[in-house]
Amino acid sequence: MPAPSQQSDVRGEGYALPPGFSLRETRADGSQEYFLNMGPQHPSTHGVLKLVVRLDGETVVEVVPHLGFIHRAIEKMGENETFVQYIHLTDRMDYLSSHINNLCVCMAIEKAMGIGVPERGEYIRVVVSELQRIQSHLLWWGAFGMDLGAVSAFLYGFKEREKITALFEELCGARLTMNFFRPGGSNADVPENFPARVKEILEDLKFSLDEFDVLVSKNPIIRERTLGVGALPRERAINYGCSGPVGRASGIDFDVRKHDPYSVYDRFQFDVPLGKHGDCYDRYMVRMQEMRESIRILEQAMASFPGGQYRSKEKPAYKVPAGSYYANVETARGLYATYMVSDNSFKPYRIKSRSPNLSNLSAINEMSQGGKIADLVAILSTLDLIIPDIDR
Amino acid sequence: MKAYAVNHPIGDMIRGMLPAPWAAAANGALAVGLIAGLVTVMAIFLIWLERKVCAHFQARLGPTRVGPFGLLQPIADAIKLLMKENLRPRGVDNLAYFLAPLLPITGSFLVLAVMPFDHDLQVVDLPAGVVYVVAVSGLGILGILIGGWGSNNKYSLLGSMRSGAQLFSYELSLVLCMLLIVMASGSASLREIVLAQQGTVLDWWIFKLPVAGLLAFALFMISSTAELNRGPLDLSEAESELTGGFHTEYAGISFSMFFLAEFVNMFASAGLGATFFLGGFLAPRFGVPPLDWALALLPGVVWFFVKVFALIFLYMWFRWTFPRLRIDHLLSLEWKFLLPVSLANLLLAATLITFKWMLP
Repeated sequence: MPAPSQQSDVRGEGYALPPGFSLRETRADGSQEYFLNMGPQHPSTHGVLKLVVRLDGETVVEVVPHLGFIHRAIEKMGENETFVQYIHLTDRMDYLSSHINNLCVCMAIEKAMGIGVPERGEYIRVVVSELQRIQSHLLWWGAFGMDLGAVSAFLYGFKEREKITALFEELCGARLTMNFFRPGGSNADVPENFPARVKEILEDLKFSLDEFDVLVSKNPIIRERTLGVGALPRERAINYGCSGPVGRASGIDFDVRKHDPYSVYDRFQFDVPLGKHGDCYDRYMVRMQEMRESIRILEQAMASFPGGQYRSKEKPAYKVPAGSYYANVETARGLYATYMVSDNSFKPYRIKSRSPNLSNLSAINEMSQGGKIADLVAILSTLDLIIPDIDR
Repeated sequence: MKAYAVNHPIGDMIRGMLPAPWAAAANGALAVGLIAGLVTVMAIFLIWLERKVCAHFQARLGPTRVGPFGLLQPIADAIKLLMKENLRPRGVDNLAYFLAPLLPITGSFLVLAVMPFDHDLQVVDLPAGVVYVVAVSGLGILGILIGGWGSNNKYSLLGSMRSGAQLFSYELSLVLCMLLIVMASGSASLREIVLAQQGTVLDWWIFKLPVAGLLAFALFMISSTAELNRGPLDLSEAESELTGGFHTEYAGISFSMFFLAEFVNMFASAGLGATFFLGGFLAPRFGVPPLDWALALLPGVVWFFVKVFALIFLYMWFRWTFPRLRIDHLLSLEWKFLLPVSLANLLLAATLITFKWMLP
């Protein structure tokens, strides 16, 4: 192979280095580092993430993520939509936590305008959010299995996820981009058979989670490939701003639901699972335990599911008083926050979203240095990245 | 060396219709034709089987639309692959790139030439059949290596380098398992190995040598999975890491050659497993006269295929259950675990054979 050059890659042969990237000098024994473009069409980057990897044989020396392939300027678009119209744009960020993203925007608007939510509305929010978290984790579990080569796990994960997705479809007509929550509640009441359906799903899920443990969690190959791989110490995780399961696996005891409770989360008993070493195995186990904790929350919520109104009185228009408003939630991937500035009009003046994935991704170079390419895939998988949420 | 070329009634019939000098030529032609037909049919059937088995493991149905039970699906796929452009990426090494897909399939062809399908159904019975099998199955590795090198793609190169290390390592414990069987049978001819297992089921080498036989069978299955490049040891392909490994840059018919070879190899490897451990074409006998008589009604070739497909199902089961190993774990598994165990097992088997501590 010809030596890589610093010149531009006019002929597209892949020999020229990407901008801002350099290789070390050829060593005395003639061996040389090389770089590898992983993505944007790589099966394990799950979306359009491009990793430029500097490799020494199969050992990873450096990973540089290149972003922006799916940048849609969602925050800028939001400035040209009304407050309520902006809700549906947040579906398109972290599409596996769309209910929870919607909830965050609604909470910011509610704070700004002092809108209350009826009891039933709050319960619907919690139940739907937790179902969404389980749904997202199930997809992650399947994709994790597939990334590590257990292709069947992908189908098993999707099979369970499908039950929740079907429930959501019945709930709001959408399977992915929900646009269900509104300031003051949700845009529709839950169907009559909803509590029964949820209970049924939970029973199935408890059984399947045990099966998943047998198939993957206790599998010696999985343990070999994840234990001690991609460890992120607590301090480093804090410095990178990691949140959600990635942060908690490193031992950061922070969960918005527990430490800054929103909606009615303070009424439910649940634990925040923590890891010790922050390696891939801890991240895996934290997510598996989180699903069980979500089931606990859902069972408590279904036991005391109240009747009454699902939404406080709808306003004809949402004219948000001047000022800045902030709300944060715990999505399936970590801390998601919306910061809105209003100039007393129907449209936001500025919107900023804090999404968990960008800060989680930033740790990837440190985590994967010195590992193999296969480790890089395992790390990517346990970071559980949603690329549209990074680029927005 | 004895050429058994198709000593079947059909073969006799065809030879009987031809004058004497042509009959000899017909022997070779029949043999090649039969093996070629078998390879094609088997590859197509195995692709269908793999898709069905994996689908049912994954709570799906698999192909159902083309033909009954989707049986014609692989043929439709093959036609699609034939119609596709045979791409040549920029900067490839022409000779290596186009030669590589032909080698693995050649290797599996050559292995099938010594496979004893039935008492008289074997192209040629080499006295050193086992040595020959080990030698020609190396062609597959060569194809993967030069294909990965010639593709001018870093993923392909990584895949082929991985497979070079992997196949070279696992060949060792595979050969040690074969050696054990050769030792037990007292012959390296595949036909003699089968005939040495005559008797009841307990006379098969998997059971006859206490512990050592079963252990050797397990070692054979693990290392042949690695040799076949199938999951969980499919590191040279490693779809989720290297996109397609050594065949990333191949499309159309070149890709299907690799694909075909994978399945024919699996068949050949399962055939070897059945020959070495499960009594090859011999009908199972349990020492119960009426049952044995009934089982012996089926011809040997049917029993051979039954045993082969049982092993193939086992390969598929592995693949669709286990996650993939990492390259360094894979190599340390071989060099630090499988190889010492194989050696110890060989020693154990030698002791058992010397002192005749075998099942009656």
